Amino acid sequence: MLDQIIHSKSEPGQSWPSESLTRVPYWIFQDRDTYAAEQKLIFQGPSWNYLCLSVELKNTGDFITTFVGDTSVIVARDSDGELYAFENRCAHRGALIALEPRGNTKDFSCVYHAWTYDRQGNLKGVAFKDGIKGKGGMPASFCMEEHNPRKLRLAEAFGIVFGSFSNDVPPLEEHLGEEIYSRIGRIMNGRTPVVLGRFTQALPNNWKLYVENVKDSYHASILHLFFTTFELNRLSQTGGIIVDPSGGHHISFSAIEPDGAKDNEYAEQDIRSDSEFKLADPSLLQSFKEFPDNVTLQILSVFPTFVLQQIQNAIAVRQVVPRGTGQTDLHWTLLGFAEDTPEQRLVRLKQANLVGPAGYISMEDGCVGGFVQRGIAGASCEQAVIEMGGAGTDSSESRVTEASVRGFWKAYRARMGM
Amino acid sequence: MIQDVVNLINHVQGAYVRCIDNGQLEAWPDFFEENCTYKITTADNYALGLEAGVIFANSRGMLCDRVASLREANIYERHVYRHFLGQPWILAEDAAEVSSETSFFVVRIMRGGATDVYATGRYLDVYRLNGGAPKIRERIVVCDSSRFDTLLALPL
Repeated sequence: MLDQIIHSKSEPGQSWPSESLTRVPYWIFQDRDTYAAEQKLIFQGPSWNYLCLSVELKNTGDFITTFVGDTSVIVARDSDGELYAFENRCAHRGALIALEPRGNTKDFSCVYHAWTYDRQGNLKGVAFKDGIKGKGGMPASFCMEEHNPRKLRLAEAFGIVFGSFSNDVPPLEEHLGEEIYSRIGRIMNGRTPVVLGRFTQALPNNWKLYVENVKDSYHASILHLFFTTFELNRLSQTGGIIVDPSGGHHISFSAIEPDGAKDNEYAEQDIRSDSEFKLADPSLLQSFKEFPDNVTLQILSVFPTFVLQQIQNAIAVRQVVPRGTGQTDLHWTLLGFAEDTPEQRLVRLKQANLVGPAGYISMEDGCVGGFVQRGIAGASCEQAVIEMGGAGTDSSESRVTEASVRGFWKAYRARMGM
Repeated sequence: MIQDVVNLINHVQGAYVRCIDNGQLEAWPDFFEENCTYKITTADNYALGLEAGVIFANSRGMLCDRVASLREANIYERHVYRHFLGQPWILAEDAAEVSSETSFFVVRIMRGGATDVYATGRYLDVYRLNGGAPKIRERIVVCDSSRFDTLLALPL
């Protein structure tokens, strides 16, 4: 009896409630079996996962450790100038091979029993392999070549490094599609990125709630008052949503119209975000023109967990790392470029106040996922209503839509076989 | 002489954390010079010389804006801090300025009562003495951890 209870699922009927993308059941953010399946089917499946920036590994021997879902991964530059990535898991007994987040090394040695690996993740040494004085040691049949940590395929888009455990995923550029690929290029623009800072924001919610939030252009001007009041992002600015055919990647963008007419929609609907609010030091928002177009905001996501952000001159990469069903780490990497003038660099440092854990327009995203996670705690069989802008996942000129949120669920369900 | 300076800095810093912990944020920018730097960063970023902060201000006006935004714009669950400070270590001093380093320990108490260690680290400060009424010309808040739970709203 007890055995039955332990092995039965906490909630009955964990299937999708309907074919429509407009409903999302709440158990999807709570269920441990689902979480385990995501690791296999999404993160270790046919995805391109963000790993790092090429510029973080400039020299031979440079390495970083990062995450693909739950899996710790080492990325290293070898003496041939190429990057290699492999699981940070010793082939012997499973210990982490590298403990530091970054460094430079000739090879990697597991601290537990000193099994060593080259920078491409090949097992090169086993301590006391031949025993001592003819006694002990590994059997003669043991073949080091057959014992490597799993290796990842690697691909770069404009200096951004992605990895995949899958041999089936199409080449990165094809996987992203022209619209997404070219807009990563728009940001990087042939320049040399410089890391200005790294921060981790620990989110008290399932990873998918944060990804939904990134894709949700509907909330931006309502939840984030700072954003709206200074006309960084009004839904009535020109802009739009691009959702790729898979649904999994998206771009939300807006552009300034220098002579744009003032709108009254916010005042008419009595939305909180139209209050009077003036800055004592408006230099925070004094941007420089960085791109040939008038786009001042571009939020780009690549399924499952990569975000590239331009908010005025605040450029950042966000990596979403699941840490169990109800916890997520959001790794922020703030970027400048080697080509920046000192004045431009100062603008970026000031506009970094907009983003990150204390960001004027991003701090709310740190807590709102937790509000959902707590709100749905006793409601695993209830469901979210995602109907703004209809039921489809098409690109649109309106950002009063949840098309890209539905797009995420379209890609997610396809991958999960749901 | 050192003891006089330590007492002075202790006194100002006591008032500073009392101001934040009692929720009197509007008075917080008054601890700074008009031309000041206030930055919250991490030990990793600081060690690597990475410039960006979680918060970065280079004027008192930006600090006032931070308070105004917290009061009027930003959404976060109600919470308070309790700061505990170590003794300031005087790094350098002359007639006009004192550089000091002070460790801090900050507990965050959420609306629902959850009480957790939120941040530890050190203040790296430059005070202008202003004839016995010191104000902060530069405060770099170096947090020991790079991980911030949920969000950082109230200043450290």
